[in-house]
Amino acid sequence: MLFELREVGLTRGDRAVLDSVSAEVPVGATAIVGPSGAGKSTLLRLLNRLADPDSGEVLYRDRPLPEYDPLALRRRVSLVPQLPALLEGTVESNLRYAAGLAGRELDTPRSLRLAGLGPEFAGRDAKRLSVGEQQRAMLGRALAQEPEVLLLDEPTSALDHAARDAIEAALAELRRELEISIVLVSHDPEQARRLADWVVRLEQGRVVDAGPLERVLA
Amino acid sequence: MTAAALSTSIHVALWQVGAALALVALAAAISYWRRADLERDIAVATVRSIVQLTLVGYAIKLIFEADTIWLVLALLSAMVLFGAITARHRAERVPRSFWPLLIALAAAGASTLGLVVALGIFEPTPRYLVPVGGMVIGNAMTASAVALNRLGDEVADSRARIEATLALGATASEAAMPIVRRALRSGMITLVDSTKTTGLIFFPGTMVGMLLAGANPTDAVRLQLILLYALLGSVSIAALIATGLAYRNFFTPAQQLLEMEAEAPA
Repeated sequence: MLFELREVGLTRGDRAVLDSVSAEVPVGATAIVGPSGAGKSTLLRLLNRLADPDSGEVLYRDRPLPEYDPLALRRRVSLVPQLPALLEGTVESNLRYAAGLAGRELDTPRSLRLAGLGPEFAGRDAKRLSVGEQQRAMLGRALAQEPEVLLLDEPTSALDHAARDAIEAALAELRRELEISIVLVSHDPEQARRLADWVVRLEQGRVVDAGPLERVLA
Repeated sequence: MTAAALSTSIHVALWQVGAALALVALAAAISYWRRADLERDIAVATVRSIVQLTLVGYAIKLIFEADTIWLVLALLSAMVLFGAITARHRAERVPRSFWPLLIALAAAGASTLGLVVALGIFEPTPRYLVPVGGMVIGNAMTASAVALNRLGDEVADSRARIEATLALGATASEAAMPIVRRALRSGMITLVDSTKTTGLIFFPGTMVGMLLAGANPTDAVRLQLILLYALLGSVSIAALIATGLAYRNFFTPAQQLLEMEAEAPA
């Protein structure tokens, strides 16, 4: 199993954001779906230890997350947040920064291509990209680390249809080309249908269903 | 610089101080007239300035008369402590800001005073250490308060970018580096700018005080330059240490950015 959550609980103030969540996330492409406020993004952040649960435990490849060095874990399990947040500089300098953190050689054209961007984007100023282009640059930056798992938090929520289609095409291509697992948070069941083969459905911080796509979103 | 070169004195009568209160009344009147709602603050500031300066005047008189380094150290330590407490209130968005501020002010004061004494600029006597130490610590307090205030604002505004960088496996130090740099800069920039314009747009306090006291203008300028450079050194050290220690308080040992609601001043 790629990830396993055992009785995971997390509260913020008086609110239980995650309430005794137990779920398995297999190798491949998993979508975490549910209405907004269900705890999807919070759950995703637990998977590479951007946050820790108050109770329960999360396992990655059968080992509890605290057994991993958090920095090394995040380079293997890379999270792309909902809103783009590139560093100042060019697209290439962002890719180089990420590759350097993971100790990888940067292949700029490849990282750009995998993210659905042309080589001409390398020298573009990150601040001057459209939101859709920034989101793809964020994806390229994560891919420059050659991670084992890509965690995507609503990767197309801020985009128009054309930009959404471009990201989804890049993700589909990515799965064909690389042995990479994807965990995708989405409020859109149709997107889950297009991209995932396993689904975890959350509502009000609880898992209401989890299993193969064909069954959960039948 | 010898003590003799600076041994100028003037006598200021109490009625002269009282007469200067006319300008405080003017400030209060302006506040009342334009509804700036600062009359109460002006009154408090005036009373506090009289009480605090009078007390510190007596303290300095005692310290000068006792002529012992221990009393000087006690006074400067108290200044560092109160400076850190005051600055903490201006850095409310920084969790547990007291210790970074205390260490920053102590280090800035000790290293700057140590250096000016070691270089032979001032003699290690109360007459020099008390006023110079007070200026150094006061300016270091302002600079580190400004720097930490900015740091708190920057972390709040840049959460998404910091987390996105942490998500790539960057350390807290790497993720916070750009904002720590901006906070440090904001702590230092005011003094750098005022040093650039000194003599053109305003006359700094030491020089004014010496000229009023009848000192030779050349001596007044030289002493002012020494103090400006000492202050530049001390605010840089204070801002560097305050930001360099305080940013860590935004992160957990697992290199996670703390939730804002978990933050509270120390």
